[in-house]
Amino acid sequence: MTLPNVWNYWAVVVLMMVGLYIVIAKPNYVKKLMGLSLFQVSVIMLYVSMGRVTGGTAPIYILDDGAPRPFVLYTNPVPHVLMLTAIVVGIATTAVGLALVVRIREAYGSSEEDVVAELDRREVEAANALAAQRAAESDASSATAAHAGASHEEHA
Amino acid sequence: MSEHLPILMVLVPLLSAPLVVFIKHRKASRVIATLACALSACAAWTLALQMSSAVSYPLGGWRPAIGIELRVDFAGAYVAAIVSTIATFAISLGTRGTREDVVGREMFFYAAFLMCVAGLMGMVVTGDAFNVFVFLEISSLSTYTLVAMGKERRALTAALNYLFLGTLGGTFVLIGIGLMYQMTGTLNAAAVSARIREVEHLRTTHVAFAFLAVGLGIKLAVFPLHQWLPGAYSQAPHAVSSFLAGTATKVMYFQLIRVVVSFFGVAYVFDTLHFGDFLLPLSLVAMFAGSLSAIFQPSLRRLLAYSSIGQVGYLTLALSLGTEAGLNAGLLHLGAHAVTKTALFLIAAAFIAQVGDDRLDRLSGLGKRYPLLSLGFVLGGLSLIGVPGTVGFVSKWALLEAVLAGGRPWLAFLILASSMLAVVYVFRVVEVLYFRAPLANAPPLARERADWGSWVPAGLLVLVSVGLGVWSELPSEYVATAAQSLFGGAR
Repeated sequence: MTLPNVWNYWAVVVLMMVGLYIVIAKPNYVKKLMGLSLFQVSVIMLYVSMGRVTGGTAPIYILDDGAPRPFVLYTNPVPHVLMLTAIVVGIATTAVGLALVVRIREAYGSSEEDVVAELDRREVEAANALAAQRAAESDASSATAAHAGASHEEHA
Repeated sequence: MSEHLPILMVLVPLLSAPLVVFIKHRKASRVIATLACALSACAAWTLALQMSSAVSYPLGGWRPAIGIELRVDFAGAYVAAIVSTIATFAISLGTRGTREDVVGREMFFYAAFLMCVAGLMGMVVTGDAFNVFVFLEISSLSTYTLVAMGKERRALTAALNYLFLGTLGGTFVLIGIGLMYQMTGTLNAAAVSARIREVEHLRTTHVAFAFLAVGLGIKLAVFPLHQWLPGAYSQAPHAVSSFLAGTATKVMYFQLIRVVVSFFGVAYVFDTLHFGDFLLPLSLVAMFAGSLSAIFQPSLRRLLAYSSIGQVGYLTLALSLGTEAGLNAGLLHLGAHAVTKTALFLIAAAFIAQVGDDRLDRLSGLGKRYPLLSLGFVLGGLSLIGVPGTVGFVSKWALLEAVLAGGRPWLAFLILASSMLAVVYVFRVVEVLYFRAPLANAPPLARERADWGSWVPAGLLVLVSVGLGVWSELPSEYVATAAQSLFGGAR
């Protein structure tokens, strides 16, 4: 298990961590999505590495004079096949993510996470303030109404 | 025909999805989607009620472990029946008010919804580890698009945050499956569990389980990994949040059970890895933090979403006991909470459609105006708390029994204490509805009268939750069989 023999596993870990770091640390949504793609791609390398057999060939029986060779050392094809699906999933995720970023850009005018979060925060605060104002006005008017001897039902 | 039921309940929604897009008719798309979900539900119920032992279905006739095997046991049939039924309820009816957030995009909405149902059903019925990942991503990708269809622009950011976290979770699951395959050389559940004994002392096996547990934990919204849930549930279109609240986390929970019980084995997970000791504190924090946050939410849907995080705490607590009684309680609570929470979200949707706003204070004094909806909310809330006579009580009682059987009375005390918090947040809504004067200066209601379409599905679900609370032996007996067959006397 010297480094040259398992370098591909090290590459998997490095790629994965670089991707994860970008997702966490970068404020730009497009960069985050690139990090996410990198993170997913690293898994493809993991699967392909684990299917590899030293000295193995493609899983095809070589025909000598029409007769199948009795023994072929071949690389396990199953992980490769699984990764075809994972690639499709990765592309679909990136496509959905990019589509969302486009929509966010249209709605907020920015694709930076902190700008969007700030806009969201303001929106929530404005709604809270409006509700507080509404409650205060309601209390005030019901107080005057009660003063005038009117019941709550009339307001409803 | 009947031997094809396991695949039919996945295929019907899956193939109806493109049909809906091709037909391009707004009204027809809803009818097709409802029919597809109902057919899928019929298949699931038929299977659940007629099966005498676990059903194995070799896809394409390839024998299991060479080809892909669908495997439905009692617990799987139970979860599949719940998921498809709740899907039918969530989209079948509803008013113009609850459907107006998707006007003009109906075909795409219903197509994505059907894909989501197909993905969740597929996860439940499959016996192949890689299939789990594929179906997980089918349901997740369609969920992101569904959440993004919410009315406000905040739905977009909620969907994108969910996409980031969900993809991380999905990829963790993929890594876990890969490492598991590396150690056992197979993806079939039965074959994995037979071979894992030989490699269970190796670190790669530990890491495989860790990746699977964390990945599913993100999708299940286990306490520190729950950040995506409140945004997604409170911004999604109403039909979607009602559906997701009842099914998405439940299917992930069932999947976690399957990973623990069917793939790795209870003895390995709980005795060697001490997974229970890890999951238990997280569950307790979730029970209290989720319910406490729910108390302080200004909007009805966020309140319900945070309550879901607390309820997931009960589910994982039941699993962390590592006993058959715990599993039984977990499966019961899965069903109970699915029915209750979907009913509550549907009622919330009906209220929001009436007042045109999801802030709690807008509901002030509406209890008299909408007596049936308010009564439904009260009954659903009682079931959420676990008051006797509701299905929530049945599952919480099972959970208490399981905890006491494990000889930990302080856990029972904590469960009761967190239920008190549920009393607080449910009563907060009740107080607003019944005991507050209507807002004097409230903007006019969006609609005067509640359509029957908005409260009939919710009302039926509330009736179910009360009915199953009264005839509690109906769910208890079936789930006991399911837990027993799943656990199989493992410990």
